[in-house]
Amino acid sequence: MDRPASFLDEALSLDDGDSNNLQPWIGRVVLVEDCVETNGAFVLHHLIKRFLSPNLSSSDSIVIFVAFAQPFSHYDRILLPLGDRQGEGVPSKEAKRDIGDMDWRDLVTGLELAWVGGLGFAELGCNLVVQRENKRLIFFDMLMLECPDDGVEDGIIALYGNIQKAVEAVSSLNKNITIMIDDISLLEVAANGSTKDVLDFMHYCHTLTTQFACTIITVIHEDIYSSADHFTLPLQMEHLADIKIKAEPLVTGLAADVHGQLTILNKGSSDGLGRWKSKIRNFHYRVKENSVEYFYPGGRT
Amino acid sequence: MATNKGRTSSFSRNFSAAPTSSIPGLKYGPNGTIFLSSGVPDLDKILGGGFHLGSLVMIMEDTEAPHHMLLLRNFMSQGLVHNQPILYASPSTNPRAFLGTLPTMLVSKDDRSRNTDAEQKDLRIAWQYKKYLGENKPHIEERDGKVEYCNEFDLRKPIEKHLIMGNRVECISLLDCSSLAGFRNSCSKFLSQLPRYDGNITSAGRIAIQSLCAPQCEYFDKEWDMLSFIRSLKSMVRSSNAVAFLTFPASLVSPSVSKRWQHLADTLLSVKAIPDEDKELANLLTGYQDMLGLLSVHKVARFNTQVPVILDATTYSIKLQKRRSLVLECLNQAPVDGSSGSSYGTSGSCSGSSKTGTLDF
Repeated sequence: MDRPASFLDEALSLDDGDSNNLQPWIGRVVLVEDCVETNGAFVLHHLIKRFLSPNLSSSDSIVIFVAFAQPFSHYDRILLPLGDRQGEGVPSKEAKRDIGDMDWRDLVTGLELAWVGGLGFAELGCNLVVQRENKRLIFFDMLMLECPDDGVEDGIIALYGNIQKAVEAVSSLNKNITIMIDDISLLEVAANGSTKDVLDFMHYCHTLTTQFACTIITVIHEDIYSSADHFTLPLQMEHLADIKIKAEPLVTGLAADVHGQLTILNKGSSDGLGRWKSKIRNFHYRVKENSVEYFYPGGRT
Repeated sequence: MATNKGRTSSFSRNFSAAPTSSIPGLKYGPNGTIFLSSGVPDLDKILGGGFHLGSLVMIMEDTEAPHHMLLLRNFMSQGLVHNQPILYASPSTNPRAFLGTLPTMLVSKDDRSRNTDAEQKDLRIAWQYKKYLGENKPHIEERDGKVEYCNEFDLRKPIEKHLIMGNRVECISLLDCSSLAGFRNSCSKFLSQLPRYDGNITSAGRIAIQSLCAPQCEYFDKEWDMLSFIRSLKSMVRSSNAVAFLTFPASLVSPSVSKRWQHLADTLLSVKAIPDEDKELANLLTGYQDMLGLLSVHKVARFNTQVPVILDATTYSIKLQKRRSLVLECLNQAPVDGSSGSSYGTSGSCSGSSKTGTLDF
């Protein structure tokens, strides 16, 4: 496994001995903050790949993905080359999709990836189509969700109902469930600016963490809320969050080899002796097609 | 890593070479995306090939100057030249009149533009060198701009009538829309009439919206309506083969709403006028007299990839070449008195003025 990738995992305390152990994640809330200049979506991609990785010790974790920002094909396309070099990856048979179903873009995608990889499909990381067929990924496409003033019930409440149903359906299987929402700022637009409804929605989702030991991972565009009268949503979200990951540009602007910096605040948990362990990490990153490089400021070789 | 990179670039080159010729006005880009020309050859180059099909392009206007109109006109003219259906909306009472002001295609461009290209190469050897160092190989490939893909336009002459008459051009006045719901329906109707992907694309559409949040519109105070309109426009365009080009006066909406708009944009640009008599700036930048304004690239669309596009420079000067065609150039810092080395870089902090000569290595 390439060493730098563990920077993020380590900061998220995923990497205490066994990187495939999901135990530390159970019941956690993770908040990814980003801004116009630096998109934090790559953290989300990394985490999807983590949770759908075929070599998890408890190989039955399920991801419920609520997409407001991008269509399925976008995530699918990004996740494919995210290399999973440590394990067997996806068997090539599974990765071959039914060509009849694909439009030509997908076909081109597949061909191109096969070409780029050079080693065939076996090396490729995470195939969302296959995962969705295997019922490990439940994808809600919310790009067109609209909740006008009096339509909150049809929109957000119905969405929560669907999520809850999905969670309840799989909870009996004793699987680790992760709910990802990309992103809350767009959910707010869909709710026609009703912050109250969005917060209600998030609190409901939060109850699932205790009831079913779900993990919740969300993205919020932090720079939207920089003026004083819009603080409520980000503050409440930060309060709910156990881990806050903030992507921001360098003070000196963007560079070709440093795409920004990550600040990770892990509120941690009590260690049983009443001591509260929390840690904060800061490092730079560079996003690549198949991985993300992490390094300490100035530490890039 | 090195081998991987080599493969990627060589692959995309082969890939883009083959099918391009079949569809005029469209070009294959990396990651299974398709480019559509912005109508400004330099902007296409800067963005790595043009606007992504299915993307939402937003221009932040300078409220005191109409520079966004230059980009908007070229965008629409390019569509007309390629016989692409266009939907144009503006807050004027008679939007169709605007079509008469679109620039016409500049013919016999070949030899002349080649010459200037060569000149520029000599002048800007430092730029070129820097580019070759960079890893963004696809950017260079775009240099041999296809004649059919992107044209230059003569801003002094109006476009031929037959191009307007022969194309499907819908014009909508935003003043007539009491709410955005009706306009959204028009957009979705327009998009639904475009041919879908069925193995190959035959045509693409363009939606051009001028000053969506102009204060004279009835819905101006309903910022959430506007946001959800943009959001649904974005998702509609994303699933069809069209590009939506939208300009908005960012300073007219509240800062947090403006940020939301910026987040919604796939490609985000801003234009700024430069004051006529700014002596300091005139000393700092070469060719200041010829500049019309500045264009900043804030965000470049990233479809099907998580890698951000980092440009060499984010601010470019808008100039008119021979008083007719629009060109974008990197800002060149003027040689400071005495020292002959012309260093490059965006305006940035050039405070050292006369001292730079001795400090520069």
